[in-house]
Amino acid sequence: MSRDRIRVGLFIPCYIDQFYPQVGKAVYRFLKKLNLDLEYPMDQTCCGQPLANSGMRKESEKYAVKFWKLFSGFDYVVCPSASCVLHVREHFPDLPEDGMEGSFRGKTLEFVEFIHDILRLEKIEASFPHKVALIHGCHGLRGLRLESSSELNVSYFSKNMELLRQVRGIRMVTYDREDECCGFGGSFSVFEETVSVRMGLDKLKSLTACGAEYVTGNDMSCLMHLEGLSHRQHLGLKFIHIAEILNGAV
Amino acid sequence: MIDHAGNAAAFNRDKSFAEWHNETLWHVRHKRDMARNGVVDWELLREKASAIKEHTLANLHDYLLEFEKNALRNGWVIHWASGSDLHNRIILDILSEENINEVVKSKSMLTEECGLNVFLEKRGIRIIDTDLGERIVQLAETPPSHIVLPAIHMKKKEIGELFHKHLHSAPGSEDPEYLTRVARENLRIHLKNAKAAISGVNFGLADSGAIVVCTNEGNADMGIHHADIYIASMGIEKLIPGKTELPVFLELLARSATGQPITAYTSHLIKPPPGKTYHIILVDNGRADILSGNKYGEVLKCIRCGACINTCPVYRRSGGYSYGFTIPGPIGSVLAPLKNMKKYHALPFASTLCGSCSDVCPVKIDLHEILFKLRYDAVDAGSLSMAKRLMLFILDQVLYRKSLYSILGFFGTRLLKYLPSFMVYHRFNGWGKSRDFPGIPDQSFKKWYKEEIKRG
Ligand code: SF4
Repeated sequence: MSRDRIRVGLFIPCYIDQFYPQVGKAVYRFLKKLNLDLEYPMDQTCCGQPLANSGMRKESEKYAVKFWKLFSGFDYVVCPSASCVLHVREHFPDLPEDGMEGSFRGKTLEFVEFIHDILRLEKIEASFPHKVALIHGCHGLRGLRLESSSELNVSYFSKNMELLRQVRGIRMVTYDREDECCGFGGSFSVFEETVSVRMGLDKLKSLTACGAEYVTGNDMSCLMHLEGLSHRQHLGLKFIHIAEILNGAV
Repeated sequence: MIDHAGNAAAFNRDKSFAEWHNETLWHVRHKRDMARNGVVDWELLREKASAIKEHTLANLHDYLLEFEKNALRNGWVIHWASGSDLHNRIILDILSEENINEVVKSKSMLTEECGLNVFLEKRGIRIIDTDLGERIVQLAETPPSHIVLPAIHMKKKEIGELFHKHLHSAPGSEDPEYLTRVARENLRIHLKNAKAAISGVNFGLADSGAIVVCTNEGNADMGIHHADIYIASMGIEKLIPGKTELPVFLELLARSATGQPITAYTSHLIKPPPGKTYHIILVDNGRADILSGNKYGEVLKCIRCGACINTCPVYRRSGGYSYGFTIPGPIGSVLAPLKNMKKYHALPFASTLCGSCSDVCPVKIDLHEILFKLRYDAVDAGSLSMAKRLMLFILDQVLYRKSLYSILGFFGTRLLKYLPSFMVYHRFNGWGKSRDFPGIPDQSFKKWYKEEIKRG
């Protein structure tokens, strides 16, 4: 199928819409450049994950119905948040409206997943002459398997790194305990404040020690948690979504 | 009711100790990684182990009968215990019949689960835990805080003081080697004079009616060999079909637990030597209910290696006691609410659902997924506090309704922008206590997109 025939529905999670519109813009512009048939359904709000992860099954299920109504007509649903995508794929209830159950789950993809697995982009045209550390959001890492996790005895792979490595001038830095959770965890960050903050500060300790200027990842929510902590501590780290880097933002 | 968040906050008050705890257990996880690297077929072994356990659990009834038949033929005395009370009674009866008033025990989480120590002590029978870690927590009169490293929550200094008080070690000594020697000398006396010994079981072999006990200190063997009476406490889920399947688990167990290729002792107890009596107590204590519930039966695949505990970033930073249950960490957070949702409903929420536990588990229990589902169960059972429910209710109202969402924004973004900072960062605000909010953009994505479309 030629690219301009692929109908892509853009799902921009609620907190990105409100706090980080630049991430939505980067995704939109990146995909637009590729001539996809792109649309952002205006009535979208949230996928319901914050409620589901807090145990509110009943309340969260209506979000799935709404999501299905808005997005079922697209070939793919693309979203710059691994966490939300995982929720759609694994925790959406089986919908009676959904005649093609399963296929609908399969066509909701995280941004990197989409350009890596479906579009198979050969080349990324972007420049970002900075020292960058990648954080491996757990839902992308162990949920969507965007990368290999350190617990498993499998050969190393990272869809993120494959793309980032093509960015001109970028210098990726590694650090200690790379794939340990950063401590965000949705409502965990509020209800288990002490441990969440401890985990975040530990992560920041490694990130500052490795000399990174920028921290990037697939989940703005993890980055928001780290950014909040870093800002309070005046650590001077900058946080940027991977879509912004790939779209060539400097 | 267990307040994990509160307990975790208390644990973190001693910052340097909390850091030490995190580092030490991470180191165990690291050693596990190193050991795993040496096994090329690691992932295949995990698959196999999981499949064997699943198969055994699906046919548990038949395997239990086969095990019983073969064990009886080998000369074991077999007992069945539906619950902890009966388990404890059976042991009491065996000991009373022979007028035994002191028994040595080697690591058994099951006797811990059944509260055997307290039960026997109350009835005038002394019980001596013979593994070093177990002995330490026993002297301190506290439960273990970890299933493989029971005294990991204690500092060297505390242990030194404890040994000085109970075992007369030199005052002020904290040297681990010296303290171990003191403990060993003392334990030797108990072990040599033991009339009866109790141990847990790692694996029961249905085809041979034998059991396998894996330890590092060898005290289980020493106790068993000196005593005339040996009692093995075995959960019914410890069964595997037989000898052929055993190596799969032996490859995985010690590597997952401590990073050793194998435990120092892997003892096969097949039949009692002449003149000795060997008992096995097969314990249900809620296991059959979990299995027949059809929903979470896979938790019974657990071989109690502790890997999920060591890798858990929350456990490492909150300590074993914060869970208020015999078994901490992800596996404990799954087992506890299955036993008593009302008391332990907070535990499934004591996780970021990062999934490290599921990836590290040698028998591939989908721990984080079960934790997620148990959150649904907790709310269905009405366990969430009023405050939390109210917060989530408001969140729901805002997120679902497009109109409300547009006016207020997520978490009241618009509001946030204009509120003075002392109102945003007050002490009731779990987010803002240590974290700043992101800067508020002039325009949401939605708004920008609308204009973008107009621009064409
Ligand atoms: S759940 Fe898995 S990792 Fe955790 S103790 Fe049991 S076997 Fe080990």
